[in-house]
Amino acid sequence: MPKDHGIGASDKRREDVRFLTGAGHYTDDIKTYGATTAIFCRSTVAHGIIKSIDTSAAENMPGVLAVFTGADFADVGGNPAGWLINSRDGTPMKEPKRPVLAHGKVRHVGDAYAAVIAETELQARNAAEAIVAEIEELPAIVDMAAGLAGDAFVHDEIGTNQCFDWGWIEDNRAATDAAIKAAPHVTTLELVNNRLVPNAMEPRCSIGNYDAGNDSYVLQTTSQNPHLTRLLISAFVMGIPENKLTVIAPDVGGGFGSKIYHYGEEALVLAAARKIGRPVKWTADRTEAFLTDAHGRDHVTKIELACEKDGTFIAFRTETMANVGAYLSNFSTATPTFLHGTLMAGNYTVPNVYVNVKAVFTNTAPVDAYRGAGRPEATYSIERVIDKAARELGIDPIAIRRKNFVKPDQYPFVSAAGLEYDSGNYDALMDTLEKHIDREGFKARRKESEAKGMLRGLGLNAYIEACGIAPSNLVGVLGSRVGLYDAATVRVNATGNLSVMVGAHSHGQGHETVFPQIVGEMLGIDPQSIDIVHGDTSKIPFGMGTYGSRSLAVCGSAMVRATEKIIAKAKKIAAHMLEASADDVDFKDGQFTVKGTDKSVSFGEVALKAYIPHNFPLEDIEPGLEETAFYDPANFTYPSGAYACEVEVDPDTGKVRVDRFIAVDDFGNIMNPMIVTGQVHGGLGQGIGQALLEGARYDADGQLLSASYMDYTMPRADDLPFYTVDHANGTPCTHNPLGVKGCGEAGAIGSPPTIVNAVVDALQSAGKNVTHIDMPLTPLRVWEAMHKA
Amino acid sequence: MYAFEIERPTTIADAVKAMEHDGAQALGGGQTLIPTLKARLAAPDVLVSLTAIGEMKGVCMSDDGMLCIGAATTHATVAREAAAHFPGLAGLASHIGDPAVRNRGTIGGSLANNDPAACYPAAALGTGAVIITNTRQIAADDYFQGMFTTALHGGEVITEVRFPIPQKSHYMKFVQPASRFALVGVFVAKYADGVRVAVTGASEDGVFRWSEAEAALSADFSAKALDGLSVDADGMIGDLHGSPAYRAHLVKVMTGRAVAAAA
Ligand SMILES: Cc1cc2nc3c(=O)[nH]c(=O)nc-3n(C[C@H](O)[C@H](O)[C@H](O)COP(=O)(O)OP(=O)(O)OC[C@H]3O[C@@H](n4cnc5c(N)ncnc54)[C@H](O)[C@@H]3O)c2cc1C
Repeated sequence: MPKDHGIGASDKRREDVRFLTGAGHYTDDIKTYGATTAIFCRSTVAHGIIKSIDTSAAENMPGVLAVFTGADFADVGGNPAGWLINSRDGTPMKEPKRPVLAHGKVRHVGDAYAAVIAETELQARNAAEAIVAEIEELPAIVDMAAGLAGDAFVHDEIGTNQCFDWGWIEDNRAATDAAIKAAPHVTTLELVNNRLVPNAMEPRCSIGNYDAGNDSYVLQTTSQNPHLTRLLISAFVMGIPENKLTVIAPDVGGGFGSKIYHYGEEALVLAAARKIGRPVKWTADRTEAFLTDAHGRDHVTKIELACEKDGTFIAFRTETMANVGAYLSNFSTATPTFLHGTLMAGNYTVPNVYVNVKAVFTNTAPVDAYRGAGRPEATYSIERVIDKAARELGIDPIAIRRKNFVKPDQYPFVSAAGLEYDSGNYDALMDTLEKHIDREGFKARRKESEAKGMLRGLGLNAYIEACGIAPSNLVGVLGSRVGLYDAATVRVNATGNLSVMVGAHSHGQGHETVFPQIVGEMLGIDPQSIDIVHGDTSKIPFGMGTYGSRSLAVCGSAMVRATEKIIAKAKKIAAHMLEASADDVDFKDGQFTVKGTDKSVSFGEVALKAYIPHNFPLEDIEPGLEETAFYDPANFTYPSGAYACEVEVDPDTGKVRVDRFIAVDDFGNIMNPMIVTGQVHGGLGQGIGQALLEGARYDADGQLLSASYMDYTMPRADDLPFYTVDHANGTPCTHNPLGVKGCGEAGAIGSPPTIVNAVVDALQSAGKNVTHIDMPLTPLRVWEAMHKA
Repeated sequence: MYAFEIERPTTIADAVKAMEHDGAQALGGGQTLIPTLKARLAAPDVLVSLTAIGEMKGVCMSDDGMLCIGAATTHATVAREAAAHFPGLAGLASHIGDPAVRNRGTIGGSLANNDPAACYPAAALGTGAVIITNTRQIAADDYFQGMFTTALHGGEVITEVRFPIPQKSHYMKFVQPASRFALVGVFVAKYADGVRVAVTGASEDGVFRWSEAEAALSADFSAKALDGLSVDADGMIGDLHGSPAYRAHLVKVMTGRAVAAAA
């Protein structure tokens, strides 16, 4: 029976009331007295030397309050990468400075080299147009292989376009090479993981405020992690002491990774606010979002799968070039390495894995984590090459996966890529998937499609991912420069209601609904009496924010720990009130009861007592009822799943229609099934978007050809099928208090290979010798592949 | 956007007068022009809105059996009000953009703009429509002069479009996946005296008539009649979404499907 309240109930998302009635408060909605507007001058060439910038005309235009160029920030710090990656030869990665405004050179179309602050947007735009920049255009470095081979550099001071050349695990390289050489069968696949533009509905927006009275700053900004932004600005970029800087991320209209990072515009509005003594607001337009939000993915990979003739896997080996764009964004070095290479054993007992990743600077927008971050790249490579191998060996695609799955009795299982999977049951997921997909019926459906002149394909996939990203100990060893715990403060108010301050930011995930369900159940009180506070560094404990499907697994765990502390203290107060020993007091359903008696007090009475501590044993118990916990888990969590879809391909036009999609996931314990289903739906939309529709494409001059919705295809409702989503039978995570794993990215991780496998299956059914098509599988690409075959 | 003045005349005569201002530009539904202004790609001093002019709106039948549509009539109105007389045209209008675009965008704006991927040009050329302006009547065959280029003079305002109603017709659009304009759109219209086939989205010269298909279909109005024909990829548009060869191929596929669906 589904529960109707508390943990496991499908409570409706309380935040949706404000979002759907237009009552949300986004950064751009903030109207401050005296606010001014910032507009940026952005490079229209991908690569060029800034010869001169003449701002004199602009400075004298009506309403202009200040003009900035890169020279104004030449002495401030650079925006750093959060992970230090060492190359195979032991040398550290190359880290050219990422300035607030481009100085000396512009390095991608959209790179900002000047900014105007004016009374109105119109005045600022007019003045920005009057700035005359003489930029000597240089040939653009766009193609990664050419960039590695050539002698022109995005950053001249490092004398190379290679950021690092990383091997994982370098000690396993020789054994993997030898295993592949000796293997009876090797399947090779070259593929591209296409570049994506995140396209949050709300474009980035930042407001800088400066209070001369206290010499302090407030930054209101579109961020997934206000504390991280504050830390970067304080410790690296501007040196504003953390105690003098408050960062507030109010309602945020989608991030998908792109709002994890600190961007130069945030530093600019703070510096400008100080200079002119008034608030400064910048809101990106959609073109700026396309050109300057950190993009996602963009890997070029060669993968080899060595196996026995019976399909037993012997080794995976990959060579990848990962585009980091023109500058290192904050997670850009972690995404193609530790969030990707460590997953390259997939769900399998394969004994040998070796991953080589070369990160390459190009004259394109920075590339960083995007929903899934590294794990979609790993899953796509693995699951595409398995499909190809199955076809070559004549083995059923489900059978070959089952043959190699880690079995339920093997946990904890240390994969050949070095992670310790704590729990899972991949065969059980596949069993459930097989029930949903009706393989027998597929044959008839294929016949029906063929009768209409269409081709039908069935695509299958199994994935594992690592999320709940945290353990500081582990990520520290792997190169993270920050810790990855999270924090929560549970504040019980005197009248018995609660404010829970959490480090994780909610921008679509539903924390405001789910977190109270959990605390409410633990305390036996109505979740409606609990509110979540997030997004303001002056109110919440130091949290690391929301990404990597970590909110519930990490921040939720901190919240559970803080709530446990509340219960422990409340028990002491109750014991005092009941004149009993705390050991003799039981807590259940919101009531404290002395064991074996009917003497009891309610949670609300205890809360009131905590704040009105008349006759209180002050030596033993402090007044008040408020507890904070920081939580740093022992391991990542490992969601996994088995996915399938059926597609119909129109052979005359190459158009693909997704007819049905089935996602079976293991997310561990489920706190709110409806919200989990919603998260899977969203992830599937983005994954199907990547597979069929979305692609950021630069031309050889570094111009973004897909810089608007006229050319960048977002998934629309009618591109997507009805989904079958099943996450009923998870295996609990073994190391966090709720047994949860994280569900925010799975859909985007598991779906792209499922779709491509299905399209290849459809074309093969018509006798076409098509073994691979690079994403997005647009009608053009499918048609061309069929015509070449 | 740059700053501009706006006028909202209620008669064609006042609109024509307003268009005499230096730097004046007509504003239909704004579905093309407003985004252009937002991107600062146009800087008119005065916008002359045509949407308050009653005599430029509406759909009716003329005495000689033509379907007459006021130039300021929205796509949504055409989709609704032309359905009984000319389902092929109503169907075309009902698949332009999304509801917001159809409730604002106008037939006059679409024809004046002559986007090489727009839908209405295929219907106008595919039926031999007459474009009526404040000064003259222009046959569709003379009106379209290449991408974004028409026979209109500066300051000239389209007031009405008249369509000869075919016995059977259909517009088959293969959408460009991102914009959902036509990657290739084909309007096929069968009249007593022959068949017209107009293709949009495909050619670097804008909308064009596929005369071989017209001849073949005039002899035998069936998809099979196209069997031996092919379209030359030379001069077809090549971009992210379609190569010239792909577009040339789609012209034939979409023509066949339009014939099969014609009603
Ligand atoms: C999201 C979106 C999707 C779209 N999808 C499609 C599609 O699938 N197919 C399609 O065909 N179109 C599509 N369009 C374009 C749409 O049909 C526009 O309505 C049309 O192109 C322009 O009409 P308008 O009335 O909005 O003209 P405006 O934008 O107001 O004007 C366009 C141009 O025409 C001039 N003009 C306007 N009216 C007149 C007149 N009566 N006489 C002389 N000049 C005039 C203006 O000065 C301007 O130069 C789409 C637009 C959008 C925004």
